[in-house]
Amino acid sequence: MELLSVATGIVATGTAYAMVLYIAAVGLSVTMGLLGIANLAHGAFAMAGGYAMVWGLDRLGLSFGVAVLLACVLVGVASVVMERVLYRRFYARSELDQVVMSVGLLFMSVAVAQFLFGPSPLSVRLPGLLTGSVPLVGDASLPVYRGFLILFGGAIFLLLWAGIERTMLGARIRAAVDNRFMAQAVGVNTDLLFVTVFALGSMLAALGGALGADMMALTPDYALAHLVYFMIVVAVGGLGSVRGPFVAALLLGIGDTACKILAPQAGAFFVYVALFVLLLARPRGLFGRTA
Amino acid sequence: MSARAAAVGVLMRRRSWRWVEALPWVAAIAGFFLLPNYLQLGTQILVMILFALSLDLLLGYTGIVTLGHAAFFGLGAYTAGLLATGGWHEPLSGLVAAAAVAAALGLVAGFVILRTSGLALLMLGMAITLLLYEVANNLNGLTGGADGLSGVEIAPLLGRFGFDMYGRTSYLYALAVLFVAFLLVRAIVWAPFGRSLVGIRQNPARMQAMGVSVFARRLAVFVLSAGLAGLAGAVSAQTSQFASLDNLSFDLSGTVLLMLVLGGPGRLYGGFIGASVLMIAQDGLAKENPVFWLFWLGLFVILLVVFVPGGLLGLRARLGLGGRDG
Repeated sequence: MELLSVATGIVATGTAYAMVLYIAAVGLSVTMGLLGIANLAHGAFAMAGGYAMVWGLDRLGLSFGVAVLLACVLVGVASVVMERVLYRRFYARSELDQVVMSVGLLFMSVAVAQFLFGPSPLSVRLPGLLTGSVPLVGDASLPVYRGFLILFGGAIFLLLWAGIERTMLGARIRAAVDNRFMAQAVGVNTDLLFVTVFALGSMLAALGGALGADMMALTPDYALAHLVYFMIVVAVGGLGSVRGPFVAALLLGIGDTACKILAPQAGAFFVYVALFVLLLARPRGLFGRTA
Repeated sequence: MSARAAAVGVLMRRRSWRWVEALPWVAAIAGFFLLPNYLQLGTQILVMILFALSLDLLLGYTGIVTLGHAAFFGLGAYTAGLLATGGWHEPLSGLVAAAAVAAALGLVAGFVILRTSGLALLMLGMAITLLLYEVANNLNGLTGGADGLSGVEIAPLLGRFGFDMYGRTSYLYALAVLFVAFLLVRAIVWAPFGRSLVGIRQNPARMQAMGVSVFARRLAVFVLSAGLAGLAGAVSAQTSQFASLDNLSFDLSGTVLLMLVLGGPGRLYGGFIGASVLMIAQDGLAKENPVFWLFWLGLFVILLVVFVPGGLLGLRARLGLGGRDG
């Protein structure tokens, strides 16, 4: 019984964490697959979403849902500006230039966040409806908010999957990921497509940062601290996919939670070891396509 | 004259020493006599130049973009530091041991990392750094954990020159190690092996088609670069008599990358310029507010990479002042 409740706790907490990782990182997979840009500053958009939501809650006195929406819209608008001013210059640049530019952005995001919101972590006031917890098997119980994250993350995944498989925009994205020049030749406006996808990816990141602020603490070094986990989700899941990262996020979220509960002194040590073993066996990730 | 002889002639001319190349060394020795109060900063700059040089082999010459080079620097620092706290105080053998341990990790890590590319390669580099970070943080009985490894006592160099509080021995020691490492790297990049690395950077498929084992060469240079990074870490630990978790941080990997890119990768001297400029600027600007410094550093490198791709040495070449490509 003891074993069962520990296992249930790990799976429930891990799945909620995985949903946050997925929502925050899936945009990176699609933008990297489509635009071919190593945007290491993706986490900065997630952090901006989190801070914008807390700002909306505390300063503007908005309700939770409205504050989350506001965060997504603000970050979406900012990302369009960033794409037009900065990122589009880097589509045809070398990987090194892209990495250097995004490391520069990461460093700037730390400084700006600390300047605006101070160095200590911000806490999130959850709405009354989403507080409390429901009992599960044995001693295990699930906080309502984490249950909400699991349902919400699952819904986002289904929405994205349907969107990419069934809509015209999804078809254009898949076409451009497979062969950008051919897509252009048959009349896809790739310029417009790029900025749309970049904005959507950034808004998803903001959503992940805002909803996940309860699990992934909002600190100025957020984008650096969680960068490796975002990259794991994308690299293990495969570029340009919405399904691969979902599986990768589940593995990582549950694996990481299990490590932290079962062997807290080792931290994420076993996660990294497992990662090396996995990529030794499958250098292109779980669902990576062969080039 | 056959085409082959002509090509060899061009290469031999390009690898010959030129008088400008004496400049950094003259400046370093002049600094020793003229700025006795800044020898500690000078030693740190020399360490970062060596670190950037190790990254240049990988990034500038072979075209492997990594954000995990601090793993090898940190491992070298902890190896040298732990040898000293464990009772082995002789510095030169400590350097050799640290470089060997870092190179050994380079062999194991490189075997996995180099099978991947792009984002996965970047991610694995960062993961190996974080893995070591967890180890160093958890073995706090041995490494001091978050407090860092202090009490690193180093015996006098060659039995004669003690590491004094003025840092004179430290500075000259770091300079000598850098000089020897530089001679090695310079010889390597102009040797056929080094030329094949440039070929791999420019067109790996073609090099493979010509019968070069691209993976084996990339692994070889990865091991070499890891060893040199470990050497830099060891010099850092021995001269500052301290090793800490900062030596295994993303910030360090990112900073050394920015230093190299600022100076100009693939030109041997990029790290000399980038490390000096950034560390002197940081010493002046970051004392009061380190976060403020991060902002300007980030903005500066973004503007640099947008408007001056190829770094400062690349700018010199573009203005037709005779800079040369590796």
